Amino acid sequence: MIAFWILALLMIASAVFTVTAQKPVYSVVGLLANFLTLAATYLMLQAEFLAVIQIVVYSGAILILFVFVIALLSSGVRPFDVGPDKARMVLVPAIVLALLALLGIALTTIRSAVAVRPESALGGVTGESGSFGSVASFGAALFTTNLLPFEITAFILMVAVIGVVLIAGDEGPAGLPRRKKRRAIEREPIVKPPVTLSTSKGAQ
Amino acid sequence: MTVAPENYVALSAVLFFIGVVGVIARRNPLIMLMSIELLFNAANLALVTYARAWANNAGHIFAFLVITVAAAEAAIGLAIVAVTFRRSPHVDVDEVAALKG
Repeated sequence: MIAFWILALLMIASAVFTVTAQKPVYSVVGLLANFLTLAATYLMLQAEFLAVIQIVVYSGAILILFVFVIALLSSGVRPFDVGPDKARMVLVPAIVLALLALLGIALTTIRSAVAVRPESALGGVTGESGSFGSVASFGAALFTTNLLPFEITAFILMVAVIGVVLIAGDEGPAGLPRRKKRRAIEREPIVKPPVTLSTSKGAQ
Repeated sequence: MTVAPENYVALSAVLFFIGVVGVIARRNPLIMLMSIELLFNAANLALVTYARAWANNAGHIFAFLVITVAAAEAAIGLAIVAVTFRRSPHVDVDEVAALKG
């Protein structure tokens, strides 16, 4: 119980820090804290495999991707120009809207969650319930009942990889030639035979 | 020592709307993408909570698929941001109109 409230406070604080940070790097740090506390919450909910996946995929892959892009964009060639900060103009109506929507969602979902809970449901969310949430039962469910969604996931990842290569792969900045041509231009003086050697040989 | 599922769902809703505020109010595309990750995570927390409340694995499978799609989305979004930045140094999402069909 106490652990849940500590984790909830940490999670909300890190989420607020992520959203309000001035620089994207600070946001990445806040997001990392958020992911780690969320992984701990998954452990409390007996989703062991998802907790590990949360750390490995989110903290290990996606956040590193964010860090790489931030390092790429602010590498000193050009300043990372975001323009004037318009956040404060939009912030107040956004927060009011969000709080209203939060109230509505909370009232509807939480009430329905209490009302519709079936007989087999558990009273609390902590405690043991057999093999639920173990990696073995998760894998069995993933590779038998849900095999087709799993394979579609692989397809989605392949499409994403192809899309990323197509979007960001082989095109220089506007006005410059494509990378293959640039590479050919750079390679040209190396391929060219040394002129001075042949002239000196001819002189001998 | 038990925590009712409603608490987890409320926490998920709070996280979701912090992320919504981030997407609406911020103009830095990187922070907007990170706010979208917050949204994914809030939805995942609700899924895992309901999976636990009903003692059913389907919520875990669904959260796993959501994580995979989130990875694909982050990769494509960051590629678009990088390409946009290479074309012009202005990465303010209000200024970028080049993605119009």
